[in-house]
Amino acid sequence: MDMINARFKVDWPGFTLDLDLQLPGRGVTAIFGHSGSGKTTLLRCIAGLERAREGLLSFNGDIWQDARTFRPVHKRPLGYVFQEASLFPHLSVLDNLRYGQKRSAEKIVSLDQVVELLGIGHLLDRRPDRLSGGERQRVGIARALAVSPRLLLMDEPLAALDLARKREILPYLERLHDELDIPVLYVTHAPDEVARLADHLVMLDGGLVVAAGPLAEMLARIDLPLGLGEEREVVLDAVIGQRDPDWHLARMDFAGGSLWARDRDIPVGRHVRVRVPASGVSLALQPAGQSSIINSLPGQVEAIGDAEHPGLSLVKVRVGDVSILSRVTRRSVAGLQIEPGKAVWVQIKSAAVVE
Amino acid sequence: MFLDEGDIQAIWLTVRLAGLVTAILLVLGTPIAWWLARSRSRWKGPIGAVVALPLVLPPSVLGFYLLLAMGPNGPLGKLTACLGMGALPFTFWGLVLASVFYSLPFMVQPLQNAFEAIGDRPLEVAATLRASPLDTFFSVVLPLSLPGYLTASILTFAHTVGEFGVVLMIGGNIPGVTRVASVQIYDHVEALEYGEAHRLAAVMLVFSFLVLLALYARRPGKQKD
Repeated sequence: MDMINARFKVDWPGFTLDLDLQLPGRGVTAIFGHSGSGKTTLLRCIAGLERAREGLLSFNGDIWQDARTFRPVHKRPLGYVFQEASLFPHLSVLDNLRYGQKRSAEKIVSLDQVVELLGIGHLLDRRPDRLSGGERQRVGIARALAVSPRLLLMDEPLAALDLARKREILPYLERLHDELDIPVLYVTHAPDEVARLADHLVMLDGGLVVAAGPLAEMLARIDLPLGLGEEREVVLDAVIGQRDPDWHLARMDFAGGSLWARDRDIPVGRHVRVRVPASGVSLALQPAGQSSIINSLPGQVEAIGDAEHPGLSLVKVRVGDVSILSRVTRRSVAGLQIEPGKAVWVQIKSAAVVE
Repeated sequence: MFLDEGDIQAIWLTVRLAGLVTAILLVLGTPIAWWLARSRSRWKGPIGAVVALPLVLPPSVLGFYLLLAMGPNGPLGKLTACLGMGALPFTFWGLVLASVFYSLPFMVQPLQNAFEAIGDRPLEVAATLRASPLDTFFSVVLPLSLPGYLTASILTFAHTVGEFGVVLMIGGNIPGVTRVASVQIYDHVEALEYGEAHRLAAVMLVFSFLVLLALYARRPGKQKD
């Protein structure tokens, strides 16, 4: 029952949207696409800010829109974070937070909790025009959470911020993901936000769904023409298992083994997202001997596909319970006689791994 | 005494008229301005033009039509007769009604500008924070358009105070009932009482200047928001 069913048809001059989506009712679902792909319109249709000509929307069995019903925005149990924080300029930070909270029937999330979660305790008495861009957006997110939403919609919450502000807010979003059990639909065109936050991924292009599914699975799909960014990569959920202070490396344990990468001062036991770019992964028939590569894991080739250049191939390798992509030359594929089912050693360059 | 009893009576009548008209237009002008600011209807242009008509129409023309409408054979006249209120022309309430039409654009246009300046976003935000449209109006739109309301009220009040042609057409010149300050000055001049005309005219001049000063003095503060 924990499910969002959304079917929308929008026909505006110069823009069409035709979607039929089943989205999971938990975790963070990234709605990813270029500008004009319809991702914001989809979010606005779900919120009820936009009314699609043909629409069918149910949330955990509740009908929000069908041929006869259209539940107005203020009666939908959701929270919405806009690209610009859009705080009410005539109200203090605290009164902005209270605005939705006192109007909401649900009181699951307390004001203290959101204030603590977003780290805005010292800002409560300020006016919105006395806040920095990053602080404003944190208040905007806190305000949306304070209504105790059963669904949180976020429309490129970081897009209007510079890199430093983004880095300031991302940890708060990760905490949100880890600490609150609220399903989130997160619209973005930034690959790093998807890699860090999403559990599920919906890729949109030209108002149509290209693909949708769990993030790890989606990223490892070599039949899809597009990755998140320029480069294909996979994302692994890992736990810091050990830290080596001498070499400034940390061991990250994931469902397929473990790998060493740069130590980022994250304590042992903490959950991390590891991004492994296909270009940082090579294949060998034996475990790494004398090589600069530290990480060598046994796996089995699942599939081989085309990369962005005719001289290159993408090889999908099953390592334990996860799939890893490797970008190698077509010549190597032929030379090593790589084919589905073959046992290979996956060599992951530590320096290429990001978390 | 600086002003004679008739002058004071005329000023008091003027203030009462202008205050009442401003109050009525605050209530009446808000939904009209809201609709004009938010609607995408094709009637927006025509309705906007009708609201703005009193800006360009000679007051005597407006007064003439209103007089006909309020007369015993006019639609308003028949209505008031039905309700047992008697005829409106040459009464204070007739003057109020005429002034509401005459000052309508001075209330509606600043409000419309204020509403348009707010944009869609705060309304959308309020809706996602569980506020109904009416709630949103009072909790978000009203506080954000307060400067617009102040401007609109000052302009409406001042414009009603300065009205002359419409008053003459509808109200005539009945002391204590329809003889407002502008008409009183006209009477003084007609009677060659230049001294009295001067004094009352000076009062009006100072009043008008102070009103405009109040409006313009607020401008720089507005940009700080």
